[in-house]
Amino acid sequence: MGVARYWREIPYRYNLIGKKCKVCNKVYFPPRSICPKCRRKSIGKMEDYMLNGKGTVESYTIIHVPPPEFEGESPYAIALIRMDEGCYLTGEIVDCELNEIHIGMRVEACFRRIQEDGKRGAIYYGYKFKKIE
Amino acid sequence: MREVAVIGIGMTEFGEIWHKSFRELVAEAGIKAIMDAGIEGEEIDAMYIGGMSTGRFVGQEHVGSLAVEVAGLEDLHIPSTRIEAACASGGVAMHHGYLAVASGLYDIVVVGGAEKMTDVVGGEATNILASAADREWEAFFGATFPGLYALMAKYHMHKYGTTPEQLAMVAVKNHYNGSLNPKAQFKRKISVEDVLNSPMVAEPLHLLDCSPITDGAAAVILAPLEMARKYTDKIVRIKASVQASDTIALHSRKSFDSLPAVQHAAKIAYEKAGIKPKDIDLAEVHDCFTIAEIIAIEDLGFVEKGKGGKATEEGLTALDGQIPVNTSGGLKAKGHPVGATGVAQINEIVLQLRGEANKRQIEDAKIGLAHNVGGSGGTAVIHILEVV
Repeated sequence: MGVARYWREIPYRYNLIGKKCKVCNKVYFPPRSICPKCRRKSIGKMEDYMLNGKGTVESYTIIHVPPPEFEGESPYAIALIRMDEGCYLTGEIVDCELNEIHIGMRVEACFRRIQEDGKRGAIYYGYKFKKIE
Repeated sequence: MREVAVIGIGMTEFGEIWHKSFRELVAEAGIKAIMDAGIEGEEIDAMYIGGMSTGRFVGQEHVGSLAVEVAGLEDLHIPSTRIEAACASGGVAMHHGYLAVASGLYDIVVVGGAEKMTDVVGGEATNILASAADREWEAFFGATFPGLYALMAKYHMHKYGTTPEQLAMVAVKNHYNGSLNPKAQFKRKISVEDVLNSPMVAEPLHLLDCSPITDGAAAVILAPLEMARKYTDKIVRIKASVQASDTIALHSRKSFDSLPAVQHAAKIAYEKAGIKPKDIDLAEVHDCFTIAEIIAIEDLGFVEKGKGGKATEEGLTALDGQIPVNTSGGLKAKGHPVGATGVAQINEIVLQLRGEANKRQIEDAKIGLAHNVGGSGGTAVIHILEVV
């Protein structure tokens, strides 16, 4: 992956910044430039919006066969998370036993290393999720 | 719009075909279909070829031109277009071939699909397939392609009580059907225990819940219905050809236990064909993972939402069931050369409707449906075919 390709997503991936449609107030993450509900009316009215980082596990899986960039990390948990603002995202669940994870579990975002571009390339950071005690 | 018929089919054997190159596979499927239809090169007006990631699997883009060359048709300068829609590339190529004939622009159109997946090593194939998902917001964070279907499987199991055994039964059925298909990658029967004891890929999906990495190509020849009689007396008419889209990322969908694009396309396809789900005699559905077939038979209206696992367990979709599903062995056993799959599904439906499916022949098959999906549901294509 080129460095610029990673760098341009940094604000969104580091801070969980999505978009809020100022017409209907719906929050979107990942960020998008058109609200699918308001479409034309939303052009130019999609504002950056920082999520509070808390959400609920809607579904999850334990990955046993990882892609090359996650070699050595498996088994690890990937979840579909419903954020408190109503949008959904995909992220890893960390800092707990894999068998503790369940649908309905409350989680919050934490800032972590996601992957690296080989041994000498850039290290990519972003959000993962941990259980809310 | 004119009515469109399939007048020829052809496909290669599916599997790990080490001794044949990408271009040889394309040529073999195309030639078989052309011979089956009994057409001359001069009659061909256009070609549409589905290929998901030929650039990354074999380092070859510009497949439209390559296909014309391997078919020996370059002096005719036939327009030839490569089409990409992830695992639905073949189905979308079929839809575009249909549109070209239905519109009256072209008469005879060759639709092909091909993928050569075993020229790269395993991890690389996984990475290439992940490009069917959202690279920046799913794959970047460690989600694999089987992982996305596993998220749907877990959700379905939690909501409806679908069991790992019911998922396994999809694979068992499709391997049985594959054992009757000489062109299938896997011709061996398996048991529920085999599936549940196979290595875990992405919980709850085991290795034998997943379709394999496959080489293969398939082709069909389309013609206006009014001209079809000239070429064959076993005419199969396309009653509906419908394509639909949704978000590329699973997390942005309206539903995690159905594919809204499939439901949308199915509704339109049934309306166009003037039939109901119960009128379908057999279906080829996109079982890239066992859960995908369970969700498909629900989305296509064969069973109520949530009842797909139970219906599979009760044999509704078996070869001798009420609606046989994946008589070819499906993606699971026949194999899944991604770009070829949508066209191979049409091959199986046509074979069945012509009564040429031998050991796996469904008696009195009149109407068949093909369901081809791209990614985790971002593209859906449905074709309904009927023997005239």
